[in-house]
Amino acid sequence: MDRLRGGDEVVYLITFTCAVTILVVVGLIVFELWANSQPTVKTFGWHFLTSSTWNPNGDKFGALPFVYGTCVTSALALLIAIPLGVASAVFLSEMAPPKISNILTFLIELLAAVPSVIYGLLGIFVLVPLIRDYLVPVLVKVFGFLPIFQGEFYGVSLLSAGLVLSIMVVPFIISVSREVLLAVPVEQREAALALGATKWESTWQIVLPNASTGIIGSVFLALARALGETMAVTMVIGNTPKITASLLSPGYSIAAVIANEFAEASGSLYISSLIFLGLVLFGLTIIINGAARILILTMQEKHG
Amino acid sequence: MDLRVSPSRKITNVVMLSLSGVCTVLVIGVLFFVLGYLFVHGFRSLNLNFFTHLPKASGETGGGMANAIVGSAKVLLLATCIGVPIGFFAGVYLAEYSGKAMAFTIRYVVDLLNGVPSIVIGIVAYALVVRPMKHFSALAGGVALGIMMIPIAVRTTEEFLRAVPNSMREGAMALGATRAKTIFSVVVPAAISGLISGMMLNLARVAGETAPLLFTALGNMFWSRGWLQPIATLPVMIYNYAIAPEEDLHQQAWAAGFVLLALVLAINVTARLIISRGPASLRR
Amino acid sequence: MNDKFRGGFRVKLARFAMAAAVAALPAVAQTQLTGAGATFPAPIYQRWFSEYASKGSVQINYQPIGSGGGIKGVNEGTVDFGASDMPLDAKALQSFKEKHGFDLLMFPTVLGAAVPSYNLPGVSTELKFTPEVLAGIYLGKIKMWNDPQIAAANKGVNLPADKIVVVHRSEGSGTTFCWTDYLSKISPEWLSKVGRNASVDWPTGLGAKGNDGVAGLLKQQKGAFGYVELIYAISNHLPYGMVQNKAGQFVKADLASVAAAAASVKDFPANFVVSITDAPGNGAYPISTYTWLLIPSKIEDAKKRDALKGFLNWAITAGQNDVESLDYARLPKSVVSAEQKQTAKIM
Repeated sequence: MDRLRGGDEVVYLITFTCAVTILVVVGLIVFELWANSQPTVKTFGWHFLTSSTWNPNGDKFGALPFVYGTCVTSALALLIAIPLGVASAVFLSEMAPPKISNILTFLIELLAAVPSVIYGLLGIFVLVPLIRDYLVPVLVKVFGFLPIFQGEFYGVSLLSAGLVLSIMVVPFIISVSREVLLAVPVEQREAALALGATKWESTWQIVLPNASTGIIGSVFLALARALGETMAVTMVIGNTPKITASLLSPGYSIAAVIANEFAEASGSLYISSLIFLGLVLFGLTIIINGAARILILTMQEKHG
Repeated sequence: MDLRVSPSRKITNVVMLSLSGVCTVLVIGVLFFVLGYLFVHGFRSLNLNFFTHLPKASGETGGGMANAIVGSAKVLLLATCIGVPIGFFAGVYLAEYSGKAMAFTIRYVVDLLNGVPSIVIGIVAYALVVRPMKHFSALAGGVALGIMMIPIAVRTTEEFLRAVPNSMREGAMALGATRAKTIFSVVVPAAISGLISGMMLNLARVAGETAPLLFTALGNMFWSRGWLQPIATLPVMIYNYAIAPEEDLHQQAWAAGFVLLALVLAINVTARLIISRGPASLRR
Repeated sequence: MNDKFRGGFRVKLARFAMAAAVAALPAVAQTQLTGAGATFPAPIYQRWFSEYASKGSVQINYQPIGSGGGIKGVNEGTVDFGASDMPLDAKALQSFKEKHGFDLLMFPTVLGAAVPSYNLPGVSTELKFTPEVLAGIYLGKIKMWNDPQIAAANKGVNLPADKIVVVHRSEGSGTTFCWTDYLSKISPEWLSKVGRNASVDWPTGLGAKGNDGVAGLLKQQKGAFGYVELIYAISNHLPYGMVQNKAGQFVKADLASVAAAAASVKDFPANFVVSITDAPGNGAYPISTYTWLLIPSKIEDAKKRDALKGFLNWAITAGQNDVESLDYARLPKSVVSAEQKQTAKIM
């Protein structure tokens, strides 16, 4: 450590204090969440995570409908956003002329900045009617035999929430994937082409595998965002704590139930159940982020 | 690999590349439809009342969001005053002072903070500020958003300070400057365009946050004075009006959406322009 | 380089400090109160508060977040008063007293009605609903609009063969309490399976936020059926049906029928908690309810206390002149004079 002189000590102290403040704040957050979840933990234990009853009247709470809704909508969002996003990233990095690619990417990155509540606004008034009038009739006609497309459709549903989420996360996947694809050295492509590969083969067999770490990283980023999305989801998911196989039925997500019910939750079991749900959501994001890190580390070791 | 390009490989090539083009067109199409609709519809819904009137009782038309516009500004100002200094100085600590172990810990914790869902930050702010103070307030909203600003402030500061070449630091210290003076008179100014643009992007991100404000700032039909009263903010008003049945309120929600989006995008574009015009050494 | 940096920074700092000082000025002469709670009376409350604010220097900021939110707010002391269509029971009142050391007082303000509203474009006659039908729909047993039980009460009406899209509240709601209170009284099955509360485990249906959320969903969704406070159905031009009361008559909710329901209560309890659903009596609308302001009996801040008391006295007297234009029924005179006595209890 350098010799600290004069103003140095003060500045060091300020910066150190700020750094420690962050540690304290995060510690406080985790502590508050954990401490305030205790009534639920003590009453229900791990059974809370597998129980699907949510009955504030009878003081019976279970997290399953919300975990289900969160996972289903996020999975649907990724299912749609990953192929579209990676394909678009490939196009933007490999095919499009640089100027066009830059402009389009700039605009797509701006879309990542659109607030969630605005997607919710668009969801309610524009997307849900479109889905109801055009998409669902087609889906039911063609795929109606699948249990996921059965039952009544009222507009607000797991499907609508998943679709809105996919629109929200696709810019992240495109932006990061495109950067990673561009970072693959041009020699790799040239080597493949020199050996007689078509452009597609070069992309599919050489470039994409090279960039796979970054692309997977972008997927995790997108997933983490989708899990925590509150406003857009609560405005189009239907706010019904039931588990059904069909994507056409309304559902609920962890973030949405907290947003709707926390302001009025009275009674320590009700409040602590909602807070425990928040902790579960936080835990999910930690796991995803951790998994992403581990994956990146192992892949880096592999590729050297 | 077959060195002759067979017809099937050629066809695959064309098909797959076209597919990727189709995907791009689809994505771009949807994204621009979404934005375009908001801009057109939102712009059409703007009127003078929106900017000058307070919200009216239900059933009455002609209300506006004057207080929500100012309210958002107030809460964001407070959030910036809380989040940016803490984040900036912590970033300075990480870039200039800390040892490996401390740096790893802080970076990990900052990443953790970044992963906290915004609704959960709202809960914590309610427990730490609203409940003890027995008020919903602009202060609570500012604290919630300020906490959300910290991780990005830390990361941006650390990244841009680290990008400043060590030669500049060594040069300054060789001339007799203290560590502190080096940082604030040489390193920070060199990174300034990146720092400012980073802070702007940070601000744009929290400007649209609704969830943390639901149980901290609550809302207000009137002007909110001081920092300890509930306060109306644009994102929360959009949410409340969007789920109401009255057409008049829907119109106001669109107008508010337009204003919010225009602001967020303006900040974003400016931030990116700043960084693309900054010193060559820092161009990303 | 140094000076430019510092000078710019200092100027910015000074400007910022001034702005902060201005924004931080304490409320001058204006007393602002914060209240939160029911959406059921929100239209009249907002009208009242805005009228009262224009008379003087008292601004009452009311946030309609649902009765549950009002009850929680007043319990945790984060609002100055709450509003709820669900009265607090003895247990809740007792725990309030234990927590704070003083009582929570309930003040009825207006009378309103929860009406069964629907979206059936092909049906122009007002539908008639029996208690069994209402319970059956919400229990999920009656699923189609052309169910024989509905048709029996609506002879000659061409009911479509569509599914009933049941709508209820997604958050803790006093309107829900009123509705489930009624269903509990007329359906033993409902009482044992679901019960009465602000927030229940609904056997079926979609959830919407607030009376306005339900009204919005009813407007958009064909075949929807839900319960909203009367003014929400009227101002959104939603058709609403008649309900068969205890005397066997099919009654439509309006000022007279709600007042008749209120009149059926002869002895008003001292704490103003009373349920008037399924009221006996001629012409009484069976799903009527009072709505209450929840006010702590001890308010530290003298300005706030006087402001609130002043508003209360105005609301239960002069303010009652506004309520009928929004289709809420006035408080009976005997209730008003009893309330004035209770207002004095706020210290």
